Amino acid sequence: MRLVSAINRFGWGQRESGSSDIPLREWLSRQLDAPDAAMFRTVGPCSDGLIALREQRKTKLQGDPLVKPIFQMEVTTQLDNLLVTDQPFRERLAWFWFNHFTVSLRQGGTRAVIGAYMREAIRPHVTGHFSDMLLAVMRHPAMLMYLDNASSIGPTSSAGRKSHHGLNENLARECLELHTVSPASGYTQTDVTSFAAILTGWSIDMKAEQPGFVFREKAHEPGEKTVMGQTFPEGEDGGVQALHFLGTHPATYRHIATQMVGHFISDTPSPQDINHITSVLRDSDGDLREASVALADLHDTNRSGSKFRSPMDYATAVMRALSLGGAPSQPDDPHSPAHQLYAAFASLGQPLWTAPLPNGWSDNAADWSAPADMLARTDWAWRMAAHVRAGDPMEIAHIALGPALRPQTQLAMHHAGSRQDALALLFSSPEFQRR
Amino acid sequence: MMIHRRTALLGLAASWTLGRSSLAFAGSPGGPDDPRFVVIILRGALDGLSAVTPYGDADLRTHRRDLVLPEPGQEGGLLDLGGFYGLHPSLQTLHSLYGEGQMLPIHAVAGHYRSRSHFEAQDYLESGADNRLSSGWLNRAVSVLQGKANRPDGYGLAMGLTVPLLLRGSAKVGSYAPAGSQHPDEDLYNQIVALNASDPITGPAFRNGLKARGFSDATMTGMKNASETGKPRKPDAFMQLSTAAGQMLATPHGPRIAALEIGGWDTHAAQLGRLGSPLAQLDRGIGALRQSLGDSWKRTVVLALTEFGRTVRMNGTGGTDHGTGTVTFLAGGAVAGGKVGGTWPGLRPSQLFENRDLAPTTDLRAVAAGVLCDHLHMPPQAIATVFPGPKTDTQKGLIVSA
Repeated sequence: MRLVSAINRFGWGQRESGSSDIPLREWLSRQLDAPDAAMFRTVGPCSDGLIALREQRKTKLQGDPLVKPIFQMEVTTQLDNLLVTDQPFRERLAWFWFNHFTVSLRQGGTRAVIGAYMREAIRPHVTGHFSDMLLAVMRHPAMLMYLDNASSIGPTSSAGRKSHHGLNENLARECLELHTVSPASGYTQTDVTSFAAILTGWSIDMKAEQPGFVFREKAHEPGEKTVMGQTFPEGEDGGVQALHFLGTHPATYRHIATQMVGHFISDTPSPQDINHITSVLRDSDGDLREASVALADLHDTNRSGSKFRSPMDYATAVMRALSLGGAPSQPDDPHSPAHQLYAAFASLGQPLWTAPLPNGWSDNAADWSAPADMLARTDWAWRMAAHVRAGDPMEIAHIALGPALRPQTQLAMHHAGSRQDALALLFSSPEFQRR
Repeated sequence: MMIHRRTALLGLAASWTLGRSSLAFAGSPGGPDDPRFVVIILRGALDGLSAVTPYGDADLRTHRRDLVLPEPGQEGGLLDLGGFYGLHPSLQTLHSLYGEGQMLPIHAVAGHYRSRSHFEAQDYLESGADNRLSSGWLNRAVSVLQGKANRPDGYGLAMGLTVPLLLRGSAKVGSYAPAGSQHPDEDLYNQIVALNASDPITGPAFRNGLKARGFSDATMTGMKNASETGKPRKPDAFMQLSTAAGQMLATPHGPRIAALEIGGWDTHAAQLGRLGSPLAQLDRGIGALRQSLGDSWKRTVVLALTEFGRTVRMNGTGGTDHGTGTVTFLAGGAVAGGKVGGTWPGLRPSQLFENRDLAPTTDLRAVAAGVLCDHLHMPPQAIATVFPGPKTDTQKGLIVSA
């Protein structure tokens, strides 16, 4: 029972009652030491999406007819997994890192590959070294498309001299600012430009039989480049080295430690907490498994529920509390659990994979608790609760919240005249808004 | 009347035998003169002793003096139902229907189950059994009644956001929810505001959100309810649903059976002040049904039922807790009303069920079966299908004879 608060904070909301009283650290590390149990058997590699995109463009097909089914399959399989996963901590980490390395549907073309990006660039590295995840992200077609690097050309490269096209700094800047060292490290505009030059030629080969990442020698800016006092050679390897340098930089460890504490522990991370995770990262060469498990050291029950649930957290927790999901959703069935969840994210203000900017969705209560947001949650939960056919609402409440369930909420639920009203009260209680 | 009955019979018989191919034809003889049936579920357990008060029972006041309204004729008093019972003053429409012989309260009813859990009891009530089934009794009745007559939206119709268990099952039913009805009612919102009142983030958010939707502060703090603020009354959600249901049932080839639900009955505290509002809503809803059904009202039976009654004795907070026996209402032009049905069990402690609840003397299933057989002409042998489990009687004399 004591674990419920941790399960909510580190996972996606308690589903059914598995009240084993193992220590938190062990509960967390077990999920990370076992292989990722998510299978995603119905979706293919990133190249499938790129081929679909290529065919659509070649034949000028309107309305995304080839990409749409791929995207729908990605949404259903990944949200189905979110609803039923037995590795909720691993799952939360995957979505956390996705948000850290945001790719958004707001940028055209990403729809074809965004699901594959999550599966190929993020998930395999959740328990690995940060610099490996960084490299996988920066080489993935989704990121190269989203932050425009695919078309960035070295001005003095052979392609640049011919086409008079040049650098696009977008990916290089966001990589420094958001993904790695952050402005606190004191990098300059020269560093940004120089790093962008390093990344020239990192592009997508759309013509290959298996389209995907390619290093275009002809678009690569010649010569050595220096970023933050470190010199890197010309060529693809210069980029790999630069990313390793940035991915293991002390400023990066501090930055991602701050993000992790902000996501898991508090909107206003304390210096001690940040220091703790930073030092774990530093001592382990950026081992994300170690850093993730170390978050358990910062979890004390007095502070449980200190994080406000984002719409995605909230809708997922409601549906998990109601034990929805299980059988695979059909990609074209609008009433399947995965589609209901997908629709809920949108109607509650956090549409799936559609962050407005490269810095991803906010992790702060203030951004998710406007009056209209709260009423939208209540109204949605009330509609969801209308479909609950069986089960005792109080039992659902105890499983979902454990000791965080307040007597006041229990009393209100006890007096509710219908299952629907009782569940709407549970899902509108202040304790359910938090993890 | 005679003619109507015959055509109704003929219509059903015709659709029975002509089968699926008769789509166009089955609709026409079984058209406007079909009997109509509306079931209203009162979710949360209506206190039958307050809705239909046996003011003539000498023991009533010893149990719940502070909950009993003045006798008929006095200010704010009950509306008389023939000298022993009085109707709650919020039930004006029902009272005038009673006067016209179109309203029949039946006292001391309960389902065959004995549960004091809302959720269990509602499941059993709707299942029509002593356990939870995957289909509702009204759906099974629709299966029997509709034969193979095809109607564009089904023979049965659920009003509201979802189809209640009562109408779920293999028979196709339609459902209808007017725009704007897809959120909790004011009462639930108020409870949610109270639940969040002390929270620094969600407290102000809920308060301001509801204010922006036009709820007044006074409403939210629970000082007054909307009926007392003096503004002209907007039709509430239940009245809207009732009007829509009546209109659809009145259509020549529309559905013939509808189910509605209304909450607000779970009066554990301050019952005297809180029961008036849901009762008035129910009353207005039935009035709206009558009006929108128009000429079809005379072929209509409305059955309002609740999962169980409430304790005979008042509890420590001016309310009543979950009980057993309660009242059920039949209203409509086809109802043999103008009297109070059922057998009064008495209120002496020895007469109470488990020394706390009104003892049930009529099985709610028998009332429903009486309507299904005598009004909708369901064959009696189908009762066991509609209400499986222990055998059900069929209450006679509920329907005006043709």
